[in-house]
Amino acid sequence: MERKNRVAREPESRMPTGDLGPFRKIDRRTFLVRGAAAAGVAASAGLATGASAQDLAGHPWERVYGAGFTGYGQPARFEQPVMRHIVRPYGDLAPGSGAALSPIESLEGIITPSGLHNIRSHSGTPDIDPKQHQLLLHGLVSRPLMFSMDALWRYPMTTRIYFLECSGNSNRNLVPKPAQVPAGALHGNLACSEWTGVPLRMLLEEAGLLPQAKWLLAEGADSAHMSRSIPIEKALDDALIALYQNGERLRPEQGYPVRLLLPGWEGNMSVKWLRRLKATEGPTHTKDETSKYTDLLPDGKALQFTFEMGVKSVITRPSSTMKLPRAGFYEISGIAWSGAGRVRRVEVSTDGGASWSDAVLHGEERPKALVRFRLPWEWKGQPAVLQSRATDEKGNVQPARKVWQARYSPDNRFHNNSIVSWSADADGSVKNVYA
Amino acid sequence: MFTPKRLVVAAAAALSACAAQPTSAPVKAPAFGEPVSAAEIARWDISIPPSGAGLPAGSGSVKQGEAVYAAKCQACHGAKGLGKPADALAGGIDSLATGKPLRTVGSYWPYATTLFDYTRRAMPTTNPLSLSNDEVYAVTAYVLYLNGIIGESAVVNAKTLPQVKMPNRDGFVNVSK
Repeated sequence: MERKNRVAREPESRMPTGDLGPFRKIDRRTFLVRGAAAAGVAASAGLATGASAQDLAGHPWERVYGAGFTGYGQPARFEQPVMRHIVRPYGDLAPGSGAALSPIESLEGIITPSGLHNIRSHSGTPDIDPKQHQLLLHGLVSRPLMFSMDALWRYPMTTRIYFLECSGNSNRNLVPKPAQVPAGALHGNLACSEWTGVPLRMLLEEAGLLPQAKWLLAEGADSAHMSRSIPIEKALDDALIALYQNGERLRPEQGYPVRLLLPGWEGNMSVKWLRRLKATEGPTHTKDETSKYTDLLPDGKALQFTFEMGVKSVITRPSSTMKLPRAGFYEISGIAWSGAGRVRRVEVSTDGGASWSDAVLHGEERPKALVRFRLPWEWKGQPAVLQSRATDEKGNVQPARKVWQARYSPDNRFHNNSIVSWSADADGSVKNVYA
Repeated sequence: MFTPKRLVVAAAAALSACAAQPTSAPVKAPAFGEPVSAAEIARWDISIPPSGAGLPAGSGSVKQGEAVYAAKCQACHGAKGLGKPADALAGGIDSLATGKPLRTVGSYWPYATTLFDYTRRAMPTTNPLSLSNDEVYAVTAYVLYLNGIIGESAVVNAKTLPQVKMPNRDGFVNVSK
């Protein structure tokens, strides 16, 4: 085509007459005979120039017609190893009791794909028919109300990006020896989504909240009827009756058809499969706010109602179990978040905390959402210890591991927001270390 | 399918609709909740606070609870509530300040009402909401007895359960704002 165009632009008189390429003296009949007799030779002969697409670059998938449409897209088959890390403490006895941790080591940006969102469930995922599911709002209100899903879907909606973190996240890094598993298996009981739903305040106002109501009991429709008590101030502040996640209706594992969402607070309180809200004078002292999700101290007392998730960060790339193939340039990439509001700063150290550099932040304008931080790094092939340290807008600074541990009983397994350390050996192996 | 012409018409209609209704126009607050009767609320309301408000009629003894426990709880929580594979329910009293604390109903839970509440709403794990109120009271009594909190002849009901003083009742520091 290029040749033809060039020729066309040239004046008639200057048009070359003696060079029309190898076809010049070949009539149609001759060409056919040659082709049939010497197809194999054609490719190596002058014939190939402009004559055959077979020699052009092009992988097998460029030479066959592509797959048809699918109703719901799936990741590439080559990305199949990107899976949640599943923890089932009771095994087959209670296969839905436990957690599935987000593979943060394989993800970038700040939004967790819905299918890779972390899951923490106490009695499995219920199979809820939205036509039958209802939400009851009662207790210390003027007008107890029952909401169908059709009703909830009609309300004005709010859309926000928030992280959700189980307060047991990173508890696997509290065992005596550092586990050599991917970052997500340690710190992936965490995810970040765009949530759309009805401000809880709107429903409380409709029901006529009474002044003596100071707490709200929230209960799920799972077979554990998981329940938590929530201070009314939070319910009237930024609490959301979430109906959509990342643009589509909630996934069953995330509370379909309706969940509570309490931005920045421990994930257990964002009750999934929400079926009941009861306004009360005091906390109900449910099993999950007494026997669990309380923080045991060295003196045997325990902190109760520690709702806000502490400021925290973790380097996701490079991270535990990865390998640096050669010395040279690497981008250190990670995530940071704070239940208190915005992340203001993330510092990165490559020498075990001896010196720190400020990372570039992405998304720091959003409170209670994941922030992506990045920093270029020249690895010289020497042993290194990588750490990140986040600071939020309230001035909270992510604590060192030993500082955090000193606050609690050695058996406390909640709210571990301490600094995470990865070592790089001289051979490029990246390991989980306690530093 | 939209023709280009129809697309233009639709876009123009959307624009004029925006112009016709300023965003400041007052809109009545939506109210889509339906009234619900006290009788219906009672069928839903299963949460029991420390006061015991909402505890149902019925009662259960330690002796009756031992039989319920053996039949429906022991497979997961072990003989005498010692645990494995599921959580231990008994023991650990005075262990909380040690390097190896054992948190059980007896050593850690601040309120006995929570034991009734949780057993009724969630247990047995594979068949929740299957126990009678008498069975829940009885197994509650048995677990409290295993921890030495009530005597062998005790009977638990709506009146006696909130009066049970748990060993770790004062073990929590409320840090909520």
